[in-house]
Amino acid sequence: MADMTASRAAPGEGISLTNKLVLAALLALLLVAPALVYPIALMKVLCFALFACAFNLVLGYTGLLSFGHAAFFGWAAYIGAHVIKVWGLPPELGILAGTATGAVLGLGFGWLAIRRQGIYFAMVTLALAQMMYFVALEVPLTGGEDGIQAVPRGLLFGLIDLSQPYAMYYTVLAIFLIGFGIIYRTIHSPFGQVLKAIRENEPRAISLGYKVDQYKLLAFTLSAALAGLAGATKAVVFQLASLTDVTWQMSGEVVLITLLGGVGTVFGPVVGAAIWVLLETYLSGVGSWVTVIQGTIFVIVVLTFRKGVVGEIGELLRRRG
Amino acid sequence: MLQILQHISAPALFGQLLLGLINGAFYAMLSLGLAVIFGLLNIINFAHGALYMTGAFGAWLLLEKLGIGYWPALIISPLIIGCFGMAMERLLLKRIYKLDHLYGLLLTFGVALIIEGVFRNIYGVSGEAYDATPDLFRGGVNLGFMYLPLYRGWVVVASLVICLGTWFAIERTKLGAYLRAATENPQLVQAFGINVPRMITLTYGFGAALAAMAGVMAAPILHVNPIMGSDIIIVVFAVVVIGGMGSILGAVISGFGLGIVEGLTKYLYPEASTTVIFVVMAIVLLVKPAGLFGKAS
Repeated sequence: MADMTASRAAPGEGISLTNKLVLAALLALLLVAPALVYPIALMKVLCFALFACAFNLVLGYTGLLSFGHAAFFGWAAYIGAHVIKVWGLPPELGILAGTATGAVLGLGFGWLAIRRQGIYFAMVTLALAQMMYFVALEVPLTGGEDGIQAVPRGLLFGLIDLSQPYAMYYTVLAIFLIGFGIIYRTIHSPFGQVLKAIRENEPRAISLGYKVDQYKLLAFTLSAALAGLAGATKAVVFQLASLTDVTWQMSGEVVLITLLGGVGTVFGPVVGAAIWVLLETYLSGVGSWVTVIQGTIFVIVVLTFRKGVVGEIGELLRRRG
Repeated sequence: MLQILQHISAPALFGQLLLGLINGAFYAMLSLGLAVIFGLLNIINFAHGALYMTGAFGAWLLLEKLGIGYWPALIISPLIIGCFGMAMERLLLKRIYKLDHLYGLLLTFGVALIIEGVFRNIYGVSGEAYDATPDLFRGGVNLGFMYLPLYRGWVVVASLVICLGTWFAIERTKLGAYLRAATENPQLVQAFGINVPRMITLTYGFGAALAAMAGVMAAPILHVNPIMGSDIIIVVFAVVVIGGMGSILGAVISGFGLGIVEGLTKYLYPEASTTVIFVVMAIVLLVKPAGLFGKAS
């Protein structure tokens, strides 16, 4: 997936000035945003942004197209919601349990899927995720068609009442920043450089002596864990874990968000999530045409701007400067 | 185990096996089309399920709007979908051949969403009954150990004929030889004066028509439903991973075989029937990562 990349940071460089500025602006925006926009819409953006950033770690920086990330997102939501609602544990433990769920599933999926490359990898992850969808449909824990409803938000660390919208928002923001920070550190670490080497030229990375499969598995598991973090957080925010989050459509949605924002760019998935949530909210009146619009975006992005919004802007800036 | 053995009833077992065989027939036809398209275009056609669904809807629409019955529909619907497929190849797929294979998957995924979304908006998700089983195949015959509805028997036989016919056309005819040559080395075949781009278009059209024909054959058995395509395509992907896309016979054998495994599971342990194919896929990946009929790359 070598041509999917937009940013090709040189190894060893620190946080670039542009990234620093964008990061600062983004942070300032996110801190004041709830005064301007509904917190609930913002929290949805943040959950999907984290989900897409996690997905981008494997597609954008390792070159693996996973079509099964909904399994991590959705099952983390189920386990998180179950731990909080049925076991009565506090939200932080529910979210941790969800993250662990994502990691365990990711380890299993990755262990199986990295045996095949490219297009087969995508098909294997899709099939495994579909299996987990059917499991969700069958086992009693998930509540079948109803899902797990009315999950209490509870007290974070026994102190912060998450039923307050602002408390919930800043908690979600903190979780997003932690997840984003982990991803940012990962892709700018020596480990991340090896991942990029695998993406660019896998046989060469092998010949240089890297145990490519171990790197892929670790990246995939990390990505799944963070997708789980996003899913469990979403379950706490919306107090709901449902089948929607484990469907193949959800796996497709995270691909779309990442592709739209810019594969292999640091901020692309965040921008993609904002655009997509905005679009979805705006389009809620047109009902099931959303699927058609989603499909059209896929076709347009693949045919005309494969670098996504952020990637294309970056390209423009580079050509000018 | 003893408990299971005590509960074995031959008619129920054979009934499920027949259902499995029919599902297997559809898996085989669809994975065959996927394999042929992948061979020449290097694209995994995510829209294959949507084309299958459109084929079924084509038959239903021909009956509802024009009063055209099953037999003409079995030809007309695949022809229309085949032409649609060729247009799709010319307008969309052609533009991405030089890119990474994954873009083909993403592009056809988008097309699948569009097709499914349009049909869902017009016809809802509840589905339409297609009651045009030809008179020849109404009723059934008692085989002694089970009751065989004639139409279902026809589906199994017809799909076997179609699969073997495709195998013959590709492996044993001159046109098939060109096709195989172009799969190996398109530039060289082009240099011999064969119009490879046209061959690619026709191949995609053929794959689309094959999917549509499976759809028409499924229409009298299943509810004609906008989501029938996405339901089946993911299972077919698993079948393709299990069989490997290297060989046509491999695709056909694993299609039928997995249908039977699914039918058997439905009888022995119904709760696992939706997941068994994926479990088989996981086991195959562990034991023989390249697939049962695949060559290790």
